[in-house]
Amino acid sequence: MTEQPLLIAEGLSKNYGTRLGCRDVSLEVYPGEVLAVVGESGSGKSTLLGLLSTELEPSAGRVSYRLRDGRVADLASLGAAEKRLLMRTDWGFVRQNPADGLRMAVSAGGNVGERLMAVGWRHYGNIRGEALDWLAKVEIAGDRIDDDPRAFSGGMRQRLQIARNLVTRPRLVFMDEPTGGLDVSVQARLLDLIRGLVAELGLAVIIVTHDLAVARLLSHRMVVMRHGRVIETGITDQVLDDPREPYTQLLVSSVLAA
Amino acid sequence: MNTPILSVSGVSKTFILHLREGARLPVVNGAGFDLYAGECVALGGPSGAGKSSLLKMVYGNYRVDEGTIRVRDGEEMVDVASTSPRRLIKLRDTAMGYVSQFLRVIPRVGARDVVAEPLIHDGVPPEEAVARAGALLARLNLPERLWNLPPATFSGGEQQRVNIARGLIAHRPLLLMDEPTASLDAANRNVVVELIAEKKRAGVAILGIFHDAEVREAACDRVIDVTEFGRVAA
Repeated sequence: MTEQPLLIAEGLSKNYGTRLGCRDVSLEVYPGEVLAVVGESGSGKSTLLGLLSTELEPSAGRVSYRLRDGRVADLASLGAAEKRLLMRTDWGFVRQNPADGLRMAVSAGGNVGERLMAVGWRHYGNIRGEALDWLAKVEIAGDRIDDDPRAFSGGMRQRLQIARNLVTRPRLVFMDEPTGGLDVSVQARLLDLIRGLVAELGLAVIIVTHDLAVARLLSHRMVVMRHGRVIETGITDQVLDDPREPYTQLLVSSVLAA
Repeated sequence: MNTPILSVSGVSKTFILHLREGARLPVVNGAGFDLYAGECVALGGPSGAGKSSLLKMVYGNYRVDEGTIRVRDGEEMVDVASTSPRRLIKLRDTAMGYVSQFLRVIPRVGARDVVAEPLIHDGVPPEEAVARAGALLARLNLPERLWNLPPATFSGGEQQRVNIARGLIAHRPLLLMDEPTASLDAANRNVVVELIAEKKRAGVAILGIFHDAEVREAACDRVIDVTEFGRVAA
């Protein structure tokens, strides 16, 4: 196939002192594709997400990204300004704890509008209008636009975080346990929302989750991590229904069926 | 006859159960057959003979240890057993559909939208896709009051009809069906038989597991007995 990957990781490793975060991870993500990274706590999946999103600096290896102009850039070689622009416009990052991804003392509308202003929107009415549209997309009533997220429930905060991240139409979104810590009914609503938006906008997503059901629902492909390494990869349903590695078999068989 | 839609050759698979001290569970050994446009072929043999596993291997849901499973995608024959995950995803998008035994429900998505999804994915305008989904559900006698409800609370038979509709709504040259009529009443079984006949007339090749003898008689052109493939050494 002629399609080019959006993001390429080659031989990524990260040591924390003598402790290992991630060892020799290589992967590719294509436009419009959802890749799940699964594994238990301490498997290195959040470290990997940090490396891919350049929040962490690798001990070895590199991450390349296809910019909007078609150029493939080694992310470590980008200047600070270029990297900031990339993160504000072309990327999103949805964090497990919405308080880490939102500005809690700024109104809901401000949280969404801020990203627009960062990409050059200036007209107040347009920004507010776009923010209202996005609040509606994530099922937050328009009359809450001036409330700040401290007054929101956990599920609402998470939906607001998604609106804030998607308003600039990024091409790649990182998600770190986006449904972790939410009630199951709230989780279902959020998953459905993410699923719909990802398909509608053709987003590429790298989602870290320990929840195999979330991976099954959202992702096309998955990688299984253990002890900082990728131990198994493939189409999501294939890895879940016919796991090959002993550890993956254990993970899959440990899920309680409701 | 022309070139096959599906060509299976020398396919074997053994599950290795690492949690059971590496116990080996052979499921398919030396499977080989061809499937052509416009025919419906049943996989036959007793429970546990590996029919479902074989079907899942064709779809790429189970991995293949040995052999090739070549599926036609336009001018190209793609080997499911050895192709890349991304190519396999694309193959599923364009060349083959799978009707599983059970519906995997999606939280909060209504039955009609579940059915319309493959069409929307194909680029059919949502309004038209939803209308066609409704028409197909109506043919399968699913009451209209259920169309907007998520199928999680539906009966087994209702869920299966949603599943069949979802699996049949879009055109795919190869269709895999795992017991599509298991929990259906006679009237709805007949609707499924009609739908299969329509697919065949449209040139679709169908490979399925049909335990119901009447359905098999009515829908299938031949039966492949999976126990006839090279026998598994115990």
